[in-house]
Amino acid sequence: MSTILAVTECRDGKLHKTSLEVVSQAKALSEKIGAGVVALVIGSGISVESASLGEYGATKVLVADGQALENYQPDLYKSIIIEAIRQNSAEIVLAPATAIGKDIMPRVAARLEAGMVSDCTKILVQDHTIQAEHPIFAGKAFALLSVNSAVKIITLRPSVFDAIQTNPGVAAPVEKVGLPAIEIKVKTREVKKTGGNKLDVADADIIVTGGRGVRSAENFKIIEELAACLNAAVGATRAAVDSGWRPHEEQVGQTGKVVSPNLYIMCGASGSIQHWAGMSGAKCIVAVNKDPNAPIIERADYSIIGDLFEVVPALIEEIRKIRG
Amino acid sequence: MKILVLVKQVPDTEATIRISGDRKKIDEAGVKFIVNPYDEFAIEEALKLKESGAATFIVAVSLGPDRVKEALRTAVAMGVDDVLHLKTADLGMDGLATAQLLSESIKEIGFDLLLMGKEAIDDGNMQVGPMLAELLDVPCLSVVTALQVNGASVVAEREGDGCAEVLEAQLPCIITCQKGLNEPRYPSIRGVMLAKKKEIAEKIVQSANHTVSVESLSYPQARQAGMIVGEGAAAVPELVKKLREEAKVI
Ligand SMILES: Cc1cc2nc3c(=O)[nH]c(=O)nc-3n(C[C@H](O)[C@H](O)[C@H](O)COP(=O)(O)OP(=O)(O)OC[C@H]3O[C@@H](n4cnc5c(N)ncnc54)[C@H](O)[C@@H]3O)c2cc1C
Repeated sequence: MSTILAVTECRDGKLHKTSLEVVSQAKALSEKIGAGVVALVIGSGISVESASLGEYGATKVLVADGQALENYQPDLYKSIIIEAIRQNSAEIVLAPATAIGKDIMPRVAARLEAGMVSDCTKILVQDHTIQAEHPIFAGKAFALLSVNSAVKIITLRPSVFDAIQTNPGVAAPVEKVGLPAIEIKVKTREVKKTGGNKLDVADADIIVTGGRGVRSAENFKIIEELAACLNAAVGATRAAVDSGWRPHEEQVGQTGKVVSPNLYIMCGASGSIQHWAGMSGAKCIVAVNKDPNAPIIERADYSIIGDLFEVVPALIEEIRKIRG
Repeated sequence: MKILVLVKQVPDTEATIRISGDRKKIDEAGVKFIVNPYDEFAIEEALKLKESGAATFIVAVSLGPDRVKEALRTAVAMGVDDVLHLKTADLGMDGLATAQLLSESIKEIGFDLLLMGKEAIDDGNMQVGPMLAELLDVPCLSVVTALQVNGASVVAEREGDGCAEVLEAQLPCIITCQKGLNEPRYPSIRGVMLAKKKEIAEKIVQSANHTVSVESLSYPQARQAGMIVGEGAAAVPELVKKLREEAKVI
Protein backbone atom coordinates (compact mmCIF):
# COMPACT_ATOMS: atom_id res chain seq x y z
CA MET A 1 0.00 0.00 0.00
CA SER A 2 1.30 3.44 -0.82
CA THR A 3 1.58 6.25 1.65
CA ILE A 4 0.49 9.86 1.77
CA LEU A 5 2.60 11.98 4.07
CA ALA A 6 0.77 14.88 5.73
CA VAL A 7 3.26 17.45 6.99
CA THR A 8 1.64 19.43 9.78
CA GLU A 9 2.62 22.64 11.51
CA CYS A 10 2.98 23.53 15.18
CA ARG A 11 2.87 27.00 16.63
CA ASP A 12 3.92 27.33 20.28
CA GLY A 13 3.80 23.56 20.68
CA LYS A 14 0.22 23.25 19.43
CA LEU A 15 -1.07 22.03 16.10
CA HIS A 16 -2.09 24.89 13.82
CA LYS A 17 -5.57 24.55 12.26
CA THR A 18 -4.09 24.04 8.77
CA SER A 19 -2.64 20.77 10.13
CA LEU A 20 -6.13 19.34 10.47
CA GLU A 21 -7.02 20.51 6.96
CA VAL A 22 -3.95 18.78 5.55
CA VAL A 23 -4.53 15.50 7.40
CA SER A 24 -8.23 15.52 6.42
CA GLN A 25 -7.39 16.06 2.77
CA ALA A 26 -4.76 13.30 2.92
CA LYS A 27 -7.44 11.00 4.30
CA ALA A 28 -9.89 11.96 1.54
CA LEU A 29 -7.23 11.30 -1.09
CA SER A 30 -6.19 8.03 0.55
CA GLU A 31 -9.68 6.67 0.05
CA LYS A 32 -9.49 7.33 -3.67
CA ILE A 33 -6.10 5.69 -4.19
CA GLY A 34 -5.96 3.21 -1.32
CA ALA A 35 -3.11 4.56 0.76
CA GLY A 36 -2.11 4.98 4.39
CA VAL A 37 -1.90 8.43 5.92
CA VAL A 38 1.22 9.22 7.92
CA ALA A 39 1.21 12.58 9.68
CA LEU A 40 4.47 14.31 10.56
CA VAL A 41 4.57 16.75 13.48
CA ILE A 42 7.67 18.92 13.90
CA GLY A 43 8.30 21.25 16.83
CA SER A 44 9.48 21.72 20.37
CA GLY A 45 7.55 20.76 23.50
CA ILE A 46 4.71 19.26 21.47
CA SER A 47 1.73 18.35 23.64
CA VAL A 48 -0.04 14.96 23.52
CA GLU A 49 -2.60 16.01 20.90
CA SER A 50 -0.50 14.36 18.13
CA ALA A 51 -2.32 11.06 18.65
CA SER A 52 -5.63 12.86 18.08
CA LEU A 53 -4.68 13.27 14.41
CA GLY A 54 -6.07 9.73 14.20
CA GLU A 55 -9.51 11.32 14.46
CA TYR A 56 -8.83 13.11 11.19
CA GLY A 57 -7.62 9.99 9.43
CA ALA A 58 -3.93 9.57 10.24
CA THR A 59 -2.95 5.91 10.52
CA LYS A 60 0.39 6.80 12.10
CA VAL A 61 1.89 9.97 13.55
CA LEU A 62 5.61 10.73 13.45
CA VAL A 63 6.81 13.28 15.97
CA ALA A 64 10.10 15.15 15.70
CA ASP A 65 10.39 17.06 18.95
CA GLY A 66 13.47 18.90 20.13
CA GLN A 67 14.82 22.16 21.47
CA ALA A 68 16.52 22.83 18.12
CA LEU A 69 13.06 22.91 16.52
CA GLU A 70 11.69 25.64 18.74
CA ASN A 71 11.90 28.00 15.79
CA TYR A 72 11.57 27.15 12.13
CA GLN A 73 14.93 25.88 10.86
CA PRO A 74 15.04 25.05 7.13
CA ASP A 75 18.02 22.66 7.20
CA LEU A 76 16.55 20.50 9.99
CA TYR A 77 13.01 20.58 8.62
CA LYS A 78 14.21 19.58 5.17
CA SER A 79 16.18 16.67 6.48
CA ILE A 80 13.35 15.43 8.75
CA ILE A 81 10.74 15.63 5.96
CA ILE A 82 12.96 13.91 3.39
CA GLU A 83 13.74 11.13 5.87
CA ALA A 84 10.02 10.67 6.60
CA ILE A 85 9.27 10.46 2.86
CA ARG A 86 12.01 7.85 2.35
CA GLN A 87 11.28 5.73 5.44
CA ASN A 88 7.59 5.53 4.59
CA SER A 89 7.99 5.37 0.80
CA ALA A 90 5.56 8.26 0.55
CA GLU A 91 4.38 9.02 -2.97
CA ILE A 92 2.27 12.05 -2.18
CA VAL A 93 3.26 14.73 0.30
CA LEU A 94 0.76 17.33 1.46
CA ALA A 95 1.69 20.37 3.54
CA PRO A 96 0.01 23.65 4.42
CA ALA A 97 0.87 26.65 2.23
CA THR A 98 1.87 28.70 5.27
CA ALA A 99 5.03 30.80 5.58
CA ILE A 100 6.92 27.65 6.63
CA GLY A 101 5.29 25.36 4.06
CA LYS A 102 6.06 27.78 1.24
CA ASP A 103 9.71 27.92 2.24
CA ILE A 104 10.41 24.29 3.04
CA MET A 105 8.46 22.25 0.48
CA PRO A 106 10.22 23.61 -2.64
CA ARG A 107 13.53 22.64 -1.01
CA VAL A 108 12.30 19.10 -0.39
CA ALA A 109 10.93 18.96 -3.95
CA ALA A 110 14.25 20.05 -5.47
CA ARG A 111 16.22 17.48 -3.45
CA LEU A 112 13.87 14.65 -4.50
CA GLU A 113 13.31 15.92 -8.06
CA ALA A 114 9.65 15.92 -7.19
CA GLY A 115 7.04 17.89 -9.08
CA MET A 116 5.30 20.43 -6.90
CA VAL A 117 2.02 22.32 -6.95
CA SER A 118 1.76 25.30 -4.57
CA ASP A 119 -1.22 26.78 -2.83
CA CYS A 120 -3.58 24.14 -4.16
CA THR A 121 -7.34 24.64 -3.97
CA LYS A 122 -8.55 21.23 -5.23
CA ILE A 123 -7.06 17.77 -5.77
CA LEU A 124 -8.41 15.24 -8.26
CA VAL A 125 -7.47 11.70 -9.20
CA GLN A 126 -7.95 11.18 -12.95
CA ASP A 127 -6.92 7.91 -14.63
CA HIS A 128 -4.49 7.21 -11.78
CA THR A 129 -2.79 10.58 -12.10
CA ILE A 130 -2.85 13.22 -9.44
CA GLN A 131 -4.12 16.57 -10.64
CA ALA A 132 -4.02 19.68 -8.50
CA GLU A 133 -5.68 23.01 -9.08
CA HIS A 134 -3.68 26.15 -8.39
CA PRO A 135 -4.77 29.80 -8.70
CA ILE A 136 -2.74 31.83 -11.22
CA PHE A 137 -2.66 35.52 -12.09
CA ALA A 138 -3.76 36.31 -8.56
CA GLY A 139 -6.95 34.30 -8.89
CA LYS A 140 -7.98 35.60 -12.32
CA ALA A 141 -7.63 32.02 -13.55
CA PHE A 142 -6.92 28.50 -12.29
CA ALA A 143 -4.47 25.96 -13.64
CA LEU A 144 -5.20 22.27 -13.34
CA LEU A 145 -1.76 20.64 -13.17
CA SER A 146 -0.86 16.98 -13.34
CA VAL A 147 2.14 15.84 -11.37
CA ASN A 148 4.14 13.09 -13.04
CA SER A 149 7.15 12.49 -10.78
CA ALA A 150 7.61 9.52 -8.44
CA VAL A 151 7.14 11.77 -5.40
CA LYS A 152 4.46 14.45 -5.71
CA ILE A 153 4.40 17.49 -3.46
CA ILE A 154 1.35 19.66 -2.96
CA THR A 155 0.88 22.56 -0.54
CA LEU A 156 -2.71 23.40 0.37
CA ARG A 157 -4.09 26.91 0.55
CA PRO A 158 -5.20 27.51 4.17
CA SER A 159 -8.94 27.57 4.98
CA VAL A 160 -9.95 26.08 1.61
CA PHE A 161 -10.12 22.42 2.64
CA ASP A 162 -12.35 21.32 5.51
CA ALA A 163 -11.01 19.71 8.67
CA ILE A 164 -13.17 16.61 9.08
CA GLN A 165 -13.18 14.32 12.11
CA THR A 166 -13.81 11.12 10.18
CA ASN A 167 -12.81 8.79 13.03
CA PRO A 168 -13.96 10.33 16.33
CA GLY A 169 -12.20 8.91 19.36
CA VAL A 170 -9.48 7.14 17.35
CA ALA A 171 -5.93 7.69 18.56
CA ALA A 172 -3.19 7.05 16.02
CA PRO A 173 0.02 5.31 17.10
CA VAL A 174 2.77 7.86 17.69
CA GLU A 175 6.41 7.24 16.76
CA LYS A 176 9.26 9.49 17.77
CA VAL A 177 11.81 10.38 15.14
CA GLY A 178 15.27 11.59 16.04
CA LEU A 179 16.77 14.88 14.99
CA PRO A 180 19.36 14.62 12.22
CA ALA A 181 22.97 15.56 12.96
CA ILE A 182 23.62 17.86 10.03
CA GLU A 183 25.37 21.11 9.28
CA ILE A 184 23.13 24.11 9.95
CA LYS A 185 23.61 26.73 7.25
CA VAL A 186 20.93 29.18 8.31
CA LYS A 187 21.08 30.36 11.92
CA THR A 188 18.14 31.95 13.67
CA ARG A 189 19.28 34.87 15.79
CA GLU A 190 15.93 36.00 17.02
CA VAL A 191 12.21 35.59 16.41
CA LYS A 192 10.11 38.68 16.98
CA LYS A 193 6.37 38.31 17.39
CA THR A 194 4.84 40.88 15.08
CA GLY A 195 1.15 40.56 15.65
CA GLY A 196 1.27 40.45 19.49
CA ASN A 197 -1.63 38.19 20.42
CA LYS A 198 -3.66 39.56 17.56
CA LEU A 199 -5.54 37.17 15.33
CA ASP A 200 -3.80 36.95 11.95
CA VAL A 201 -5.92 37.60 8.84
CA ALA A 202 -4.66 34.30 7.41
CA ASP A 203 -6.16 32.37 10.35
CA ALA A 204 -9.42 34.23 10.83
CA ASP A 205 -12.91 32.98 9.99
CA ILE A 206 -14.14 36.57 9.87
CA ILE A 207 -12.17 39.61 8.69
CA VAL A 208 -13.18 43.27 8.94
CA THR A 209 -11.15 45.32 6.47
CA GLY A 210 -10.80 49.06 6.34
CA GLY A 211 -9.69 51.03 3.29
CA ARG A 212 -8.85 54.59 2.36
CA GLY A 213 -12.37 55.62 3.33
CA VAL A 214 -11.49 55.12 7.02
CA ARG A 215 -9.28 58.21 6.61
CA SER A 216 -6.90 57.88 9.60
CA ALA A 217 -5.15 55.49 11.98
CA GLU A 218 -7.27 56.89 14.80
CA ASN A 219 -10.50 56.15 12.91
CA PHE A 220 -9.53 52.48 12.64
CA LYS A 221 -10.76 52.16 16.25
CA ILE A 222 -14.29 51.49 14.98
CA ILE A 223 -12.98 48.83 12.58
CA GLU A 224 -11.16 47.22 15.52
CA GLU A 225 -14.28 47.41 17.64
CA LEU A 226 -16.43 45.73 15.00
CA ALA A 227 -13.74 43.06 14.59
CA ALA A 228 -13.61 42.49 18.36
CA CYS A 229 -17.34 41.86 18.70
CA LEU A 230 -17.22 39.32 15.84
CA ASN A 231 -13.97 37.63 17.03
CA ALA A 232 -12.62 38.77 13.70
CA ALA A 233 -9.19 39.88 12.48
CA VAL A 234 -8.59 43.40 11.19
CA GLY A 235 -7.54 43.61 7.56
CA ALA A 236 -6.45 46.57 5.46
CA THR A 237 -6.16 47.63 1.85
CA ARG A 238 -2.85 48.77 0.49
CA ALA A 239 -4.11 52.36 0.57
CA ALA A 240 -4.55 52.07 4.36
CA VAL A 241 -1.15 50.39 4.77
CA ASP A 242 0.73 52.81 2.53
CA SER A 243 -0.83 55.72 4.43
CA GLY A 244 0.81 54.29 7.56
CA TRP A 245 -2.49 53.60 9.32
CA ARG A 246 -2.03 49.83 9.53
CA PRO A 247 0.93 47.39 9.47
CA HIS A 248 1.75 45.47 6.28
CA GLU A 249 0.95 42.12 7.92
CA GLU A 250 -2.72 43.14 7.80
CA GLN A 251 -2.68 43.92 4.08
CA VAL A 252 -4.90 41.69 1.98
CA GLY A 253 -4.37 41.42 -1.76
CA GLN A 254 -1.93 40.75 -4.52
CA THR A 255 1.02 42.15 -2.56
CA GLY A 256 -0.44 41.24 0.81
CA LYS A 257 -2.04 38.07 2.16
CA VAL A 258 -4.44 35.77 0.41
CA VAL A 259 -7.35 34.89 2.67
CA SER A 260 -10.40 32.61 2.47
CA PRO A 261 -12.59 33.50 5.47
CA ASN A 262 -16.28 32.71 5.86
CA LEU A 263 -17.14 36.38 6.13
CA TYR A 264 -15.24 39.38 4.77
CA ILE A 265 -16.56 42.83 5.66
CA MET A 266 -15.10 45.74 3.69
CA CYS A 267 -15.52 49.27 4.97
CA GLY A 268 -14.45 52.21 2.82
CA ALA A 269 -12.62 50.03 0.31
CA SER A 270 -13.37 50.19 -3.41
CA GLY A 271 -12.57 46.56 -4.30
CA SER A 272 -9.63 47.12 -6.64
CA ILE A 273 -8.50 44.22 -8.77
CA GLN A 274 -5.37 43.84 -6.63
CA HIS A 275 -7.36 43.73 -3.40
CA TRP A 276 -9.82 41.27 -4.94
CA ALA A 277 -6.86 38.99 -5.70
CA GLY A 278 -6.44 38.46 -1.98
CA MET A 279 -10.02 37.94 -0.87
CA SER A 280 -12.04 36.58 -3.77
CA GLY A 281 -12.03 33.21 -1.98
CA ALA A 282 -14.12 34.60 0.89
CA LYS A 283 -17.40 32.72 1.21
CA CYS A 284 -19.48 35.79 1.98
CA ILE A 285 -18.50 39.38 1.19
CA VAL A 286 -20.12 42.45 2.72
CA ALA A 287 -19.38 45.98 1.50
CA VAL A 288 -20.05 49.25 3.28
CA ASN A 289 -19.38 52.05 0.82
CA LYS A 290 -20.86 55.47 0.23
CA ASP A 291 -20.40 55.18 -3.54
CA PRO A 292 -23.02 52.97 -5.26
CA ASN A 293 -20.67 52.78 -8.27
CA ALA A 294 -17.66 51.40 -6.39
CA PRO A 295 -16.58 48.14 -8.11
CA ILE A 296 -17.08 46.14 -4.91
CA ILE A 297 -20.82 46.84 -4.84
CA GLU A 298 -21.34 44.67 -7.90
CA ARG A 299 -19.28 41.82 -6.50
CA ALA A 300 -20.17 41.77 -2.81
CA ASP A 301 -22.91 39.41 -1.62
CA TYR A 302 -24.47 42.13 0.54
CA SER A 303 -23.86 45.86 0.38
CA ILE A 304 -24.96 48.85 2.35
CA ILE A 305 -24.63 52.17 0.58
CA GLY A 306 -23.73 54.72 3.19
CA ASP A 307 -21.18 56.47 5.33
CA LEU A 308 -19.12 53.92 7.21
CA PHE A 309 -18.93 56.24 10.22
CA GLU A 310 -22.70 55.80 10.63
CA VAL A 311 -23.07 52.23 9.42
CA VAL A 312 -20.21 50.61 11.34
CA PRO A 313 -21.32 51.89 14.80
CA ALA A 314 -24.87 50.72 14.04
CA LEU A 315 -23.50 47.34 13.02
CA ILE A 316 -21.51 47.07 16.26
CA GLU A 317 -24.64 47.83 18.26
CA GLU A 318 -26.79 45.33 16.35
CA ILE A 319 -24.24 42.55 16.72
CA ARG A 320 -23.82 43.25 20.44
CA LYS A 321 -27.58 42.94 20.75
CA ILE A 322 -27.67 39.46 19.27
CA ARG A 323 -24.45 38.27 20.88
CA GLY A 324 -25.32 39.67 24.28
CA MET B 1 30.87 41.18 -4.31
CA LYS B 2 29.03 40.19 -7.45
CA ILE B 3 25.24 40.31 -7.33
CA LEU B 4 23.02 38.39 -9.68
CA VAL B 5 19.40 39.52 -9.90
CA LEU B 6 16.74 37.30 -11.42
CA VAL B 7 14.04 39.22 -13.23
CA LYS B 8 10.81 37.76 -14.56
CA GLN B 9 8.51 39.51 -16.96
CA VAL B 10 4.82 39.14 -16.06
CA PRO B 11 1.47 40.54 -17.21
CA ASP B 12 0.54 43.84 -15.59
CA THR B 13 -1.60 43.44 -12.46
CA GLU B 14 -4.42 45.27 -14.24
CA ALA B 15 -4.25 43.05 -17.34
CA THR B 16 -7.31 41.09 -18.38
CA ILE B 17 -6.37 37.43 -18.55
CA ARG B 18 -7.80 35.50 -21.51
CA ILE B 19 -7.29 31.77 -21.85
CA SER B 20 -6.11 30.46 -25.25
CA GLY B 21 -8.26 28.22 -27.46
CA ASP B 22 -6.50 25.03 -26.39
CA ARG B 23 -6.97 26.04 -22.69
CA LYS B 24 -3.29 25.35 -21.99
CA LYS B 25 -1.95 28.89 -21.79
CA ILE B 26 -3.02 32.50 -21.82
CA ASP B 27 -3.53 34.58 -24.91
CA GLU B 28 -0.76 37.19 -24.80
CA ALA B 29 -2.18 39.40 -27.56
CA GLY B 30 -2.64 42.92 -26.25
CA VAL B 31 -1.33 42.06 -22.78
CA LYS B 32 0.98 44.68 -21.26
CA PHE B 33 4.01 43.13 -19.59
CA ILE B 34 5.93 44.55 -16.63
CA VAL B 35 8.84 43.58 -14.41
CA ASN B 36 7.49 41.32 -11.67
CA PRO B 37 6.88 43.80 -8.79
CA TYR B 38 8.83 41.70 -6.25
CA ASP B 39 11.82 41.57 -8.62
CA GLU B 40 11.90 45.36 -8.51
CA PHE B 41 12.68 45.09 -4.80
CA ALA B 42 15.55 42.76 -5.73
CA ILE B 43 16.94 45.20 -8.32
CA GLU B 44 16.65 48.11 -5.88
CA GLU B 45 18.41 46.21 -3.10
CA ALA B 46 21.27 45.32 -5.45
CA LEU B 47 21.63 48.97 -6.48
CA LYS B 48 21.67 50.08 -2.84
CA LEU B 49 24.36 47.53 -2.00
CA LYS B 50 26.45 48.80 -4.88
CA GLU B 51 25.98 52.41 -3.85
CA SER B 52 27.06 51.57 -0.31
CA GLY B 53 30.26 50.03 -1.66
CA ALA B 54 29.36 46.48 -0.58
CA ALA B 55 28.80 45.28 -4.14
CA THR B 56 30.93 45.88 -7.21
CA PHE B 57 28.97 44.44 -10.09
CA ILE B 58 25.30 43.67 -10.76
CA VAL B 59 24.08 41.40 -13.51
CA ALA B 60 20.38 40.87 -14.17
CA VAL B 61 19.21 37.65 -15.81
CA SER B 62 15.83 36.87 -17.28
CA LEU B 63 14.53 33.56 -18.57
CA GLY B 64 11.83 33.53 -21.23
CA PRO B 65 10.93 34.39 -24.82
CA ASP B 66 12.19 37.46 -26.71
CA ARG B 67 9.76 39.83 -25.02
CA VAL B 68 11.63 39.51 -21.70
CA LYS B 69 14.42 41.69 -23.16
CA GLU B 70 12.12 44.62 -22.33
CA ALA B 71 12.23 43.67 -18.65
CA LEU B 72 16.03 43.57 -18.85
CA ARG B 73 16.01 47.05 -20.39
CA THR B 74 14.06 48.27 -17.38
CA ALA B 75 16.74 46.74 -15.14
CA VAL B 76 19.44 48.56 -17.13
CA ALA B 77 17.48 51.80 -16.91
CA MET B 78 17.30 51.39 -13.13
CA GLY B 79 21.09 50.96 -13.03
CA VAL B 80 22.29 47.35 -13.24
CA ASP B 81 25.68 46.87 -14.93
CA ASP B 82 24.96 44.01 -17.26
CA VAL B 83 22.15 41.75 -18.38
CA LEU B 84 21.71 38.32 -19.90
CA HIS B 85 18.70 36.88 -21.65
CA LEU B 86 18.29 33.14 -21.22
CA LYS B 87 16.14 32.39 -24.19
CA THR B 88 13.52 29.70 -24.03
CA ALA B 89 9.99 29.21 -25.22
CA ASP B 90 9.56 26.62 -22.55
CA LEU B 91 8.50 28.60 -19.53
CA GLY B 92 5.71 26.55 -18.05
CA MET B 93 4.21 26.50 -14.59
CA ASP B 94 6.69 23.92 -13.41
CA GLY B 95 8.89 25.53 -10.76
CA LEU B 96 11.37 22.67 -10.70
CA ALA B 97 11.94 22.80 -14.48
CA THR B 98 12.46 26.57 -14.24
CA ALA B 99 14.90 26.18 -11.35
CA GLN B 100 16.80 23.49 -13.25
CA LEU B 101 17.03 25.64 -16.39
CA LEU B 102 18.28 28.59 -14.36
CA SER B 103 20.73 26.65 -12.22
CA GLU B 104 22.81 25.43 -15.17
CA SER B 105 23.41 28.95 -16.48
CA ILE B 106 23.83 30.48 -13.05
CA LYS B 107 26.63 28.04 -12.26
CA GLU B 108 28.51 29.45 -15.24
CA ILE B 109 27.85 33.10 -14.36
CA GLY B 110 28.69 32.73 -10.67
CA PHE B 111 27.59 35.06 -7.87
CA ASP B 112 28.20 36.03 -4.28
CA LEU B 113 24.65 37.16 -3.65
CA LEU B 114 21.60 36.23 -5.69
CA LEU B 115 18.53 38.44 -5.27
CA MET B 116 15.08 37.72 -6.68
CA GLY B 117 11.43 38.38 -5.89
CA LYS B 118 9.75 36.15 -3.30
CA GLU B 119 7.14 35.23 -5.88
CA ALA B 120 6.25 35.83 -9.50
CA ILE B 121 2.76 37.27 -9.66
CA ASP B 122 1.81 35.30 -12.78
CA ASP B 123 2.08 31.68 -11.65
CA GLY B 124 2.30 32.61 -7.96
CA ASN B 125 4.31 29.47 -7.28
CA MET B 126 6.91 30.77 -4.78
CA GLN B 127 9.07 27.77 -5.63
CA VAL B 128 12.06 28.86 -7.68
CA GLY B 129 14.18 30.62 -5.00
CA PRO B 130 14.34 27.80 -2.46
CA MET B 131 14.59 25.18 -5.24
CA LEU B 132 17.48 26.99 -6.87
CA ALA B 133 19.26 27.16 -3.52
CA GLU B 134 19.06 23.38 -3.21
CA LEU B 135 20.23 22.78 -6.76
CA LEU B 136 23.17 25.16 -6.23
CA ASP B 137 23.72 23.94 -2.66
CA VAL B 138 23.70 27.39 -1.09
CA PRO B 139 21.53 28.81 1.72
CA CYS B 140 18.31 30.63 0.88
CA LEU B 141 16.58 33.23 3.02
CA SER B 142 13.10 33.75 1.65
CA VAL B 143 10.47 36.50 1.97
CA VAL B 144 12.99 39.01 3.27
CA THR B 145 11.95 42.50 4.48
CA ALA B 146 15.35 43.74 5.76
CA LEU B 147 18.87 42.85 4.68
CA GLN B 148 22.40 43.56 5.91
CA VAL B 149 25.58 42.30 4.32
CA ASN B 150 28.61 42.36 6.62
CA GLY B 151 31.65 40.97 4.80
CA ALA B 152 30.86 37.36 4.03
CA SER B 153 27.84 37.12 6.29
CA VAL B 154 24.26 38.10 5.64
CA VAL B 155 21.64 38.97 8.25
CA ALA B 156 18.08 39.13 7.02
CA GLU B 157 14.63 39.50 8.46
CA ARG B 158 12.19 36.97 7.09
CA GLU B 159 8.43 37.42 7.29
CA GLY B 160 6.81 34.48 9.03
CA ASP B 161 3.18 33.97 10.04
CA GLY B 162 2.73 36.45 12.89
CA CYS B 163 6.47 36.77 13.40
CA ALA B 164 9.69 38.07 11.91
CA GLU B 165 12.67 35.71 11.96
CA VAL B 166 16.13 37.28 12.09
CA LEU B 167 18.36 34.86 10.19
CA GLU B 168 22.05 34.67 9.46
CA ALA B 169 23.86 32.86 6.65
CA GLN B 170 27.15 33.02 4.77
CA LEU B 171 27.71 34.10 1.18
CA PRO B 172 27.14 32.89 -1.44
CA CYS B 173 23.43 32.78 -0.76
CA ILE B 174 20.01 33.49 -2.24
CA ILE B 175 17.62 36.12 -0.90
CA THR B 176 13.99 36.34 -2.06
CA CYS B 177 12.61 39.84 -1.61
CA GLN B 178 9.33 40.94 -0.04
CA LYS B 179 7.55 44.26 0.03
CA GLY B 180 8.94 46.43 2.82
CA LEU B 181 12.58 45.77 1.91
CA ASN B 182 12.91 49.08 0.05
CA GLU B 183 11.17 51.49 -2.32
CA PRO B 184 12.19 50.70 -5.90
CA ARG B 185 13.45 53.78 -7.76
CA TYR B 186 12.13 55.02 -11.07
CA PRO B 187 14.60 54.77 -13.95
CA SER B 188 16.47 58.03 -14.64
CA ILE B 189 16.25 59.66 -18.09
CA ARG B 190 19.91 58.88 -18.59
CA GLY B 191 19.22 55.28 -17.61
CA VAL B 192 16.38 55.00 -20.10
CA MET B 193 18.64 56.33 -22.89
CA LEU B 194 21.35 53.87 -21.91
CA ALA B 195 18.88 51.01 -21.84
CA LYS B 196 17.63 51.79 -25.36
CA LYS B 197 21.10 51.32 -26.80
CA LYS B 198 22.09 48.35 -24.65
CA GLU B 199 23.13 45.23 -26.59
CA ILE B 200 21.42 42.40 -24.77
CA ALA B 201 23.41 39.19 -24.82
CA GLU B 202 21.34 36.07 -25.20
CA LYS B 203 21.93 32.43 -24.58
CA ILE B 204 19.60 29.71 -25.75
CA VAL B 205 18.80 27.24 -23.02
CA GLN B 206 17.61 23.66 -23.36
CA SER B 207 14.19 22.73 -22.13
CA ALA B 208 14.29 20.57 -19.04
CA ASN B 209 12.27 17.58 -17.97
CA HIS B 210 8.80 18.46 -16.83
CA THR B 211 7.41 16.93 -13.68
CA VAL B 212 4.32 19.15 -13.71
CA SER B 213 2.23 19.76 -16.80
CA VAL B 214 -0.81 21.86 -17.53
CA GLU B 215 -4.01 19.88 -18.08
CA SER B 216 -6.20 22.93 -18.55
CA LEU B 217 -6.73 26.51 -17.50
CA SER B 218 -10.10 27.82 -16.38
CA TYR B 219 -11.74 30.98 -15.14
CA PRO B 220 -12.93 31.24 -11.56
CA GLN B 221 -16.55 30.37 -10.98
CA ALA B 222 -18.61 33.50 -11.29
CA ARG B 223 -19.90 34.60 -7.92
CA GLN B 224 -23.64 34.79 -7.58
CA ALA B 225 -24.85 38.32 -8.12
CA GLY B 226 -25.03 40.15 -4.82
CA MET B 227 -27.61 42.56 -3.51
CA ILE B 228 -27.79 46.04 -2.07
CA VAL B 229 -29.45 45.57 1.30
CA GLY B 230 -30.23 49.24 1.75
CA GLU B 231 -28.89 52.66 2.57
CA GLY B 232 -27.23 53.95 5.72
CA ALA B 233 -27.57 52.76 9.32
CA ALA B 234 -31.24 51.92 8.75
CA ALA B 235 -30.21 48.92 6.62
CA VAL B 236 -28.10 47.36 9.39
CA PRO B 237 -30.78 45.17 11.08
CA GLU B 238 -31.70 43.66 7.70
CA LEU B 239 -28.03 42.99 6.91
CA VAL B 240 -27.45 41.24 10.22
CA LYS B 241 -30.57 39.16 9.68
CA LYS B 242 -29.34 38.08 6.25
CA LEU B 243 -25.89 37.23 7.61
CA ARG B 244 -27.47 35.05 10.29
CA GLU B 245 -30.32 33.42 8.45
CA GLU B 246 -29.36 33.38 4.78
CA ALA B 247 -25.56 33.25 4.68
CA LYS B 248 -25.29 31.70 8.18
CA VAL B 249 -21.90 33.28 8.76
CA ILE B 250 -22.46 34.92 12.15
C1 LIG C 1 1.38 46.05 -8.25
C2 LIG C 1 0.26 46.47 -7.36
C3 LIG C 1 -0.04 45.70 -6.24
C4 LIG C 1 -1.08 46.07 -5.37
N1 LIG C 1 -1.36 45.26 -4.30
C5 LIG C 1 -2.41 45.57 -3.50
C6 LIG C 1 -2.78 44.73 -2.39
O1 LIG C 1 -2.13 43.72 -2.09
N2 LIG C 1 -3.85 45.07 -1.64
C7 LIG C 1 -4.61 46.19 -1.89
O2 LIG C 1 -5.57 46.41 -1.17
N3 LIG C 1 -4.26 47.00 -2.92
C8 LIG C 1 -3.19 46.73 -3.71
N4 LIG C 1 -2.86 47.59 -4.72
C9 LIG C 1 -3.51 48.91 -4.76
C10 LIG C 1 -4.86 48.92 -5.44
O3 LIG C 1 -4.67 49.17 -6.82
C11 LIG C 1 -5.75 50.05 -4.87
O4 LIG C 1 -5.09 51.28 -5.00
C12 LIG C 1 -6.12 49.86 -3.40
O5 LIG C 1 -6.59 48.56 -3.16
C13 LIG C 1 -7.19 50.85 -3.04
O6 LIG C 1 -7.48 50.78 -1.67
P1 LIG C 1 -8.89 51.29 -1.12
O7 LIG C 1 -9.96 50.46 -1.67
O8 LIG C 1 -8.75 51.38 0.35
O9 LIG C 1 -8.94 52.80 -1.63
P2 LIG C 1 -9.83 53.47 -2.78
O10 LIG C 1 -9.75 52.71 -4.04
O11 LIG C 1 -9.47 54.89 -2.78
O12 LIG C 1 -11.28 53.28 -2.24
C14 LIG C 1 -11.81 53.95 -1.13
C15 LIG C 1 -13.29 53.63 -1.10
O13 LIG C 1 -13.83 54.10 0.11
C16 LIG C 1 -15.10 54.67 -0.15
N5 LIG C 1 -15.35 55.63 0.93
C17 LIG C 1 -14.70 56.78 1.19
N6 LIG C 1 -15.17 57.36 2.30
C18 LIG C 1 -16.15 56.58 2.76
C19 LIG C 1 -17.03 56.65 3.88
N7 LIG C 1 -16.99 57.66 4.76
N8 LIG C 1 -17.93 55.69 4.04
C20 LIG C 1 -18.00 54.64 3.16
N9 LIG C 1 -17.19 54.53 2.10
C21 LIG C 1 -16.28 55.47 1.90
C22 LIG C 1 -15.00 55.27 -1.51
O14 LIG C 1 -16.26 55.37 -2.12
C23 LIG C 1 -14.09 54.26 -2.22
O15 LIG C 1 -14.84 53.28 -2.89
C24 LIG C 1 -1.83 47.24 -5.61
C25 LIG C 1 -1.53 48.01 -6.73
C26 LIG C 1 -0.52 47.65 -7.61
C27 LIG C 1 -0.24 48.49 -8.80
